[in-house]
Amino acid sequence: MQGIEVLFMGNNMLRLLDGLWVTLRLSLISIALSLVIGVFVGALMLVKNPVVKVMCRVYIEIVRIMPQLVWLFIIFFGITKMTKINLSGETAAVIMLTIWGASEVGDLVRSAFQSIPSHQFESGLSLGLSRPQLYFYVIFPQALRGLVPDIINLSTRMIKTTALVSLIGVTEVLKVGKQIIDANRFEFPNAALWVYAEIFLMYFIICFPLSLLSRKLTKKRGE
Amino acid sequence: MDWSFIQKFTPMYVEAAWLTLVIGTLGIVLSIAIGLICALVKYYKVPVARQIVAVYIELSRNTPLIVQLFFLYFGLPKAGILLSSEACGVIGLAFLGGSYMAESFLSGLKSVNDVQLESAESLGLRRWQIMRYIVLPQAASVSIPALAANVIFLLKETSVFSAVSLADLMYVAKDLIGMYYNTGEALTMLVAAYLVIILPISIVFSILERRVRRAGN
Amino acid sequence: MAEHIIDIDHITKRFGDNTIINDLSLSVEQGEVLVLVGPSGCGKSTLLRCINGLEPIQGGSIKLHGEPVEHGKPSLYKVRQKIGMVFQSYDLFPHMTVMKNITLAPLKVQNRSKDEVTEKAMALLKRVGLDGKADSYPSELSGGQKQRVAIVRSLIMNPDIMLLDEITAALDPEMVHEVLNVVLDLAKGSETNSGGTTMMIVTHEMAFAEAVADRVVFLDGGVIVEEDTPQEFFHHPKTERAQRFLQTFTYSR
Repeated sequence: MQGIEVLFMGNNMLRLLDGLWVTLRLSLISIALSLVIGVFVGALMLVKNPVVKVMCRVYIEIVRIMPQLVWLFIIFFGITKMTKINLSGETAAVIMLTIWGASEVGDLVRSAFQSIPSHQFESGLSLGLSRPQLYFYVIFPQALRGLVPDIINLSTRMIKTTALVSLIGVTEVLKVGKQIIDANRFEFPNAALWVYAEIFLMYFIICFPLSLLSRKLTKKRGE
Repeated sequence: MDWSFIQKFTPMYVEAAWLTLVIGTLGIVLSIAIGLICALVKYYKVPVARQIVAVYIELSRNTPLIVQLFFLYFGLPKAGILLSSEACGVIGLAFLGGSYMAESFLSGLKSVNDVQLESAESLGLRRWQIMRYIVLPQAASVSIPALAANVIFLLKETSVFSAVSLADLMYVAKDLIGMYYNTGEALTMLVAAYLVIILPISIVFSILERRVRRAGN
Repeated sequence: MAEHIIDIDHITKRFGDNTIINDLSLSVEQGEVLVLVGPSGCGKSTLLRCINGLEPIQGGSIKLHGEPVEHGKPSLYKVRQKIGMVFQSYDLFPHMTVMKNITLAPLKVQNRSKDEVTEKAMALLKRVGLDGKADSYPSELSGGQKQRVAIVRSLIMNPDIMLLDEITAALDPEMVHEVLNVVLDLAKGSETNSGGTTMMIVTHEMAFAEAVADRVVFLDGGVIVEEDTPQEFFHHPKTERAQRFLQTFTYSR
């Protein structure tokens, strides 16, 4: 059971943290891109045009039905093959996470706006607010209150999903972990236990506070 | 599209899809059992067990399945616990799914209001009878949409099984891409296989959900 | 003197620092209809809930036929079979038909035969004017119909006593009548049950209270302020508090 020292030897801990940073960086970039594109998708879904609506719905459902790992493979192997452009693993990861994230954000934005009762629009207008004023003072703040906890929740899902990119060769935290295990195979045969326990804990330490925050905000919204 | 390639390797995909389905089903059934037990523990506020369940749910929900699997498959043997890839797949999926199922069940249980419980009590029904005849049937219809969503979520999560050397669909696809470079065909078959598994289930669930919702009022 | 069904002996009920029932004693005899009245928050509903063991009490004892009713005790379910209770809110089980609602407890708790229970259920449904609704779901019934079914669901257990907790308070005015008629009918007794059903009723319907009661108990601040026959209580209340309470009703009429 011993072998926990492996975590504190040399710069092993630093390397794991470096790997974790790769994971987080990919997640953060993808979350940011998803938010920008997702708000746009959500706005499109609120448009009255049925064709636009259906196209958005189809996009969301197609993304949703496949496992994210399948999408990752399609982008990493398929696009490379088809276009002869060599995507790095990291780029493929960001593309996959963004396509997926944007669809989820789009759906969240849509439902956040649709959950605002219509009398809010009517009473805002009857007070004499202009449309921009109505949206700025009445609608956006309410939609945002519903949206923020869901977006935080989605962020934890994005961070967890980023773990998949080790499977297309990106040197993130899992890959670094594997390298450390391989390098210490003879000196610390039990390294795998501690390294993976550590990575497990790292994810938990990042995602748990976010989950708590999201839950707290959701509760607040309910009051 | 190279049809002879597709023809040649379809049996491999069928076999892999079967493996995905078997391990997935076992994991999902187990996660439903775990979820129900955890939900009951939280519902009845069983001392000690309740804290353990709370910790389990947080650990399960805030870590990726692939990390859970790596720990089971590569880590645990070092502590003397050797698990086959198949066992890892089932246990990992159940560990992950249990917490999701628990929360869905719990929200169903909590949706049955106090007056229902009190009138059942005042009719002299025992605790387990109240659970079985009054709470569970009503909770089930409330929980079904969330439970169905979990089933589909877990089926999709099985795609990471290849990481612990399970010869599932991803594993076969990656293998074929690596060996023959027939990327287009390999990926098309991959997508088709997942569609064949997930699409019917998700259609059945959405019909079921609509029916339940109608019966609910 | 008739046999005591319920014996309440110096009970006290507190919610935190609030004393809801304060050292209260009361008995109910076989066949007696006892109506509890009083301002809201006087503890009358809480008293019924305590009698059925739904609430723990902090002092004193409640006995049904000499058997203690204790909240949280595992054997409580045995005592409860002998106490029927109908609540203010429609509490039918929404996922079961009227017939299933009625027969669940006699079948599962009392292990009676299905034929006998079904027959009895039909007879009782007929008595409350709902024999056509056996296969309906609660969502298809009006509030008044639901409460009548709830009464039947308790009656079929052959309880020693029925506790009715403001069963018409949530009903539309037009439906109050049909439910109260059922209760009056129960109080009178039928050919099979000549003595009439023993009941404790909490209500705000004063005319109904006067018509149905053998004895009226006026509660205020968790204690019994006055206790009398309905004629005496409603027409010659003795205490000032009861007089003031009754005045609020005459004015609002």
